[in-house]
Amino acid sequence: MTDRNLLVGPFNRVEGDLEIRLDVKDGAVAAAYTNSPLFRGFEMMMLGKDPRDALTITPRICGICSISQSAAAAFALADAAGAEMPPQGMLVAALLHAVENMNDHITHFNLFFMPDFARPIYAGEPWHDEAVNRFTATQGSATRAAVAARAELFNIVGLLGGKWPHTLAIQPAGVTKSPSTSDKVRIQTTLRSFRRYLESELLGGKVEDFAAISTKEQLQNWTAGDAGRFLRIGQAVGLDDMGFGPGRFMSFGAYPLPGKRAFKAGVWDGGLKPLDTASITEDLSHAWMIGPDAHPTGGQTMPDEDMRDDAYSWCKAPRLAGQTIETGALARQIVDGHPLALALADHPSAWARVAGRLLEIARTQMLLEDLAAQIDPKERFMGHRDLPKNGEGAGMIEAARGALGHWTRFENGKITGYQIIAPTTWNFGPRDRNGVAGPVEAALVGAPVRDGEETPIAVQHIVRSFDPCMVCTVH
Amino acid sequence: MNILWLQASGCGGCTMSLLCAEKPDLFDTLGGAGIEFLWHPAFSEATGDEARRLLAAVESGKQPLDILCVEGAIARGPRDTGRYQMLSGTGRSMMDWVQSLAPLARHVIAVGSCAAFGGVTTAGGNPSDAVGLQFDGTHEGGILSADFRDPTGLPVINISGCPMHPDWVTETLLMLAGDALTPADLDSYARPRFFADHLVHHGCTKNEFYEYKASARELSEIGCMMEHLGCIGTQAVGDCNIRPWNGSGSCTRGGYPCIACTAPEFEEPRHTFTETPKIAGIPVGLPSDMPKAWFMALASLSKAATPDRIAKNATSDRVAIPPTLRKPKT
Repeated sequence: MTDRNLLVGPFNRVEGDLEIRLDVKDGAVAAAYTNSPLFRGFEMMMLGKDPRDALTITPRICGICSISQSAAAAFALADAAGAEMPPQGMLVAALLHAVENMNDHITHFNLFFMPDFARPIYAGEPWHDEAVNRFTATQGSATRAAVAARAELFNIVGLLGGKWPHTLAIQPAGVTKSPSTSDKVRIQTTLRSFRRYLESELLGGKVEDFAAISTKEQLQNWTAGDAGRFLRIGQAVGLDDMGFGPGRFMSFGAYPLPGKRAFKAGVWDGGLKPLDTASITEDLSHAWMIGPDAHPTGGQTMPDEDMRDDAYSWCKAPRLAGQTIETGALARQIVDGHPLALALADHPSAWARVAGRLLEIARTQMLLEDLAAQIDPKERFMGHRDLPKNGEGAGMIEAARGALGHWTRFENGKITGYQIIAPTTWNFGPRDRNGVAGPVEAALVGAPVRDGEETPIAVQHIVRSFDPCMVCTVH
Repeated sequence: MNILWLQASGCGGCTMSLLCAEKPDLFDTLGGAGIEFLWHPAFSEATGDEARRLLAAVESGKQPLDILCVEGAIARGPRDTGRYQMLSGTGRSMMDWVQSLAPLARHVIAVGSCAAFGGVTTAGGNPSDAVGLQFDGTHEGGILSADFRDPTGLPVINISGCPMHPDWVTETLLMLAGDALTPADLDSYARPRFFADHLVHHGCTKNEFYEYKASARELSEIGCMMEHLGCIGTQAVGDCNIRPWNGSGSCTRGGYPCIACTAPEFEEPRHTFTETPKIAGIPVGLPSDMPKAWFMALASLSKAATPDRIAKNATSDRVAIPPTLRKPKT
């Protein structure tokens, strides 16, 4: 018997539209239902178009991870054409993509996640004044520093890709601009400046030292910077005891480079396992979508205009071998085998999720510097490959929020199938036909609801710990 | 001056672009001019019930509203219900909210091409039956009628672009704060003329190639992209090559053709974005304001006169031949 029902929304400081229905019992969430209340229909828009148009249209699914969408489309077409970027083209594509993912993490931490600790509900806590000073929305000193730092970091994308978001530099056969030596030194200068921001503000210590943390105890002893503030405050409000994911993690592998991916692909389910993407299905039982459950190569998008009562979201429910799975920065670092991430894997709380993101920030800075140093302005950055008239391909990459896949098929030069599964679709999908709740729906069960709370703060912490991107979810 | 910002059917990219404002950053730029967000879905602390109370206060008139910014198109589907986008937690469609709030604001701004004209949200048959605030593509009238005017006589101000440049928004807001924007400062698509009176072609770093019709044939080659790669910078409004994006960029500087993202209906060019449609080898879309015969005559002349340096560089991915140095006088 539930005591009351809450409808949480507009749910802000997430990207896009999110509404959550909660059943509350005995001061805690008993059941949660996530609704992505915006439908645009990008998969339908693509049908009948020239496959190359996917490179222009699909990045516009999302303004916060547009390079991720762009890369997924480019790799899907490359797959269909049997094309491969020249090694230096892969390098620059990875650099562009990693800059966007880095900025997503910085934006999430400072603008989306931390402002909750500055809220009046925490007035009186010993750390509250500090949180107000650093993280008050639009005004906090950390917020301001982060906004300036991310704008400057995006100068790398301005230089290599013209603009952000909706950068179109990544193509199936390479990148559209060949960086010069002067571009290379400017990129390195920008990265050094960003390192100063990370080390003086966010981490409060050397990037390498944070990336070298290998146990939970060492992590808890990191008290410097905003990372230290989060780790302490997060423990104090109990984030390590709430918001547990399914304990299964997936990564498609981030940043394709010659012969490898910078962060590995795979699955964690009590141990590392290879990823079988053929076992992916999208379940439509609780989505306002018509048609059978299917692998994305055979999937379709037909919205249910009647919005039947037994469904409650425009979001499909993806499953891997029939199971829910969590995706994101923590998942990526676990699958890559980082010792700290592995140490956090068996206690996948809201706190662990944000800590995993901080770890990835440190490691991504090192990766970015390494990629920039490897740019060889004398080399070629674009190859050539004509797209066949008929083809089928998949582009599977990692957005900041996790595994992103584009699956396309075209005949006689026209797209006949285009399906996308975004990271947040995995995390925020609704129930499946077995009644199994999606990862976030399950993670919310047990979240404390204080007397009189209409928009429970614990629910907000848990939801934001996943860093959802709702416009991608339902595209 | 306060701003209520709503994200309708779009990608959130205009908010993300806005955060790229530099010198000074976004919050300094606006805060210094006394402009504050009453509520913004990405920036504000208030969420859920607090945000709903704020919306109710604006709707009842208790909370005066200076500027309503809408990012994203307005979904009218399915079947004119607007239920393809419900403003979460409120049980009401975004279409309903915007129609209710727009008349209460001192000014209404459509941020980005989706809110202005429908934009990419309406591509490919427009599955969600989306539309702009006061335009449906090139046609006047969206979910607000063609004769909608704010209390100062301005129509919905269309800061188009996909996304728009952050400065286009901040400068418009600063002008409104100083009562410095009149109907005469908008073009016929209600875009502020301070950016719409320029063409993307202006200041394009490929102009020397353009002069000689020295053309790139494939992406990544540094020649002019008009003849083969679909670039319509000579027809597209925007000061993209005059003021930089993200430090020093623009689409064309990144080696990508201009797709005229500030224009209504850019999302359906009726040809592949990166290919110039031609009839008998002659590009169909020619520069604005230029008679076709003149263009053809000039183009053939300039092609015949193209210096070797420019011709070779045009089809290279970097400068292959540097400019010839003038020999010192003896």
